[in-house]
Amino acid sequence: MRKPRDFIAYLQAAPLMAVLLAFLIAPIFMIVVVSFWGATEFSIYPAFQFDNYAFLFGSPVTYKVFFATFKYAIITWAFTLAIGFTVAYFLAFHVRTQAMQTALFLLCTIPFLTSNIIRMISWIPFLGRNGIANQALISWGVIDEPLEWLLYSDFSVILAFVHLYTLFMVVPIFNTMMRIDKSFIEAAYDNGATGLQTLWHVIVPLTKPGIMIGTIFVVTLVMGDFITVRFMSGSQKANVGRLISNDISLLQYPSAAATAVVLLCTVLIVIGLLLRFVNIRKEL
Amino acid sequence: MSNGYDLELINVTKKYGDALAVDRINAKFKAGSYVCLLGPSGCGKSSTLRMIAGHETVTDGSVVLDGFDVSHLPPAKRGTAMMFQNYALFPHLNVRDNVAFSLRMKGEDKPSRYARANELLEMVDLTALAERLPAQLSGGQQQRVALARALVTKPKVLLLDEPLSALDPFLRIRMRAELKKLQRELGITFIHVTHGQDEALALGDELVVMNNAVIEQSGPAREVWSAPKTEFVARFMGGHNVIAFEGGKVALRADDIRFETTGLAATITSVEYQGAHVVLNARTAAGEDVLALMPDHKFFDTPKNPGDAVMLAWDEGRLHRLQA
Repeated sequence: MRKPRDFIAYLQAAPLMAVLLAFLIAPIFMIVVVSFWGATEFSIYPAFQFDNYAFLFGSPVTYKVFFATFKYAIITWAFTLAIGFTVAYFLAFHVRTQAMQTALFLLCTIPFLTSNIIRMISWIPFLGRNGIANQALISWGVIDEPLEWLLYSDFSVILAFVHLYTLFMVVPIFNTMMRIDKSFIEAAYDNGATGLQTLWHVIVPLTKPGIMIGTIFVVTLVMGDFITVRFMSGSQKANVGRLISNDISLLQYPSAAATAVVLLCTVLIVIGLLLRFVNIRKEL
Repeated sequence: MSNGYDLELINVTKKYGDALAVDRINAKFKAGSYVCLLGPSGCGKSSTLRMIAGHETVTDGSVVLDGFDVSHLPPAKRGTAMMFQNYALFPHLNVRDNVAFSLRMKGEDKPSRYARANELLEMVDLTALAERLPAQLSGGQQQRVALARALVTKPKVLLLDEPLSALDPFLRIRMRAELKKLQRELGITFIHVTHGQDEALALGDELVVMNNAVIEQSGPAREVWSAPKTEFVARFMGGHNVIAFEGGKVALRADDIRFETTGLAATITSVEYQGAHVVLNARTAAGEDVLALMPDHKFFDTPKNPGDAVMLAWDEGRLHRLQA
């Protein structure tokens, strides 16, 4: 009696399992395998050696680059959270009608109909040495010489990150906020809470799961990125993604794979830590 | 038990755009009384309560508490506290923190606010559950937490918005006894919004019956029930017949009706035995349906069946002429 039921259940789960196996498990497994291979200047050969990892952990560049990656992730996270929370709060609590809420929310998503790269590159003429920003500041008399740090700097990298990924913060936070019963806010008001106290003691705690989901999106996206760093820093800054892409362009696949494995583990540890703080299961 | 805080509504009006929710109502509630605001949904009773609480602005008129016009004060400054229909307990805070919430907002330190919260939890008999989250409590327990949270501010008036509607019928009767007992012990004014007339009669010292944004009748519970002023009140409170009599409408209590040899001619349409009572429906010659409620022994002395012709009679002075 049990056997056929079990079999049918497995059969029903099989398509998803096949997809995950082919497109998630197998590639990761392959990367892990290759990360133990060896490489010469012109070839790679199957092996089981720890050379790649030894080199990776032995090089001070690795630590610097990982540090830079974390720095980008944390700063971007702070800005996207501040902006994303504010936007979501405005949409959820200050916009009265649902039609208006939907309209404004769609407005937020319009830039995302264009490609990432285009949105990124469009900052370059704006921020450049003779770009719109510098020219405007000079003509207003705020500065005498063009600001050098506007483009090809950490500033421009983080600006682009914030621009690209804020919506990933807005969406989950807005979603959680919409589920907050308005009577909680009234109850807080009835109990003498000021607007700020209500925000801090009621809305923020109840929005935590949304904040956490947004955080996971932003942190994984920033830590895995390489193209934004390359374009917006004019190849002057590095993060782990660029380390991997450089290795690949030099055909050093085993070394790239080892770096990728370490990055993957790092990101998983970060997410694991985040999930210890907040239970997001009820949001999914 | 009175501690002298009268609540008075003067020409209180609420408009949502052009829609009139509450139309110039006047009422005065004695300190320490249990008041039930009663009416069908959409009659303006909830808006009235929310205006007293300060969660709705007063379009016109004033709410006067203890001699002060509080119409434009924020809720926490009025001396009122509200218990919400769904209790609105903060889901991320445990029972004790929920009760202590308003003290925390005032900036009281932890030991003193917990001491006060514990006092209230003891009063509502929830000390053992102080560490639980609201989601881990039953409906009745949640209600008691909401009650403790509202009372922690020592309000002069406690406002209850359909507090029993989320409970099952059995619990509802138990909780209403607890509410009444608590109100007696505290001696503060309770204003309780409900759409159930049985709840209002069981609890209220005073009833305020509302319909279509105005007060239809207000007064002591017994007076409202036994002497309804309008057809709406007579029908809404139940147990009354509204019949045309001598050129006007009158209310007649169902349990005042007897069968005699002379009187209003009618035909029995249904008989329902309910244990202590028998409920009879009859149709008069004029085509009006009349409800009669008889003690079972009286009915079974001269049992009637559907289709029997009867004469309906009542004692002199039991008819109440209704306002048109």
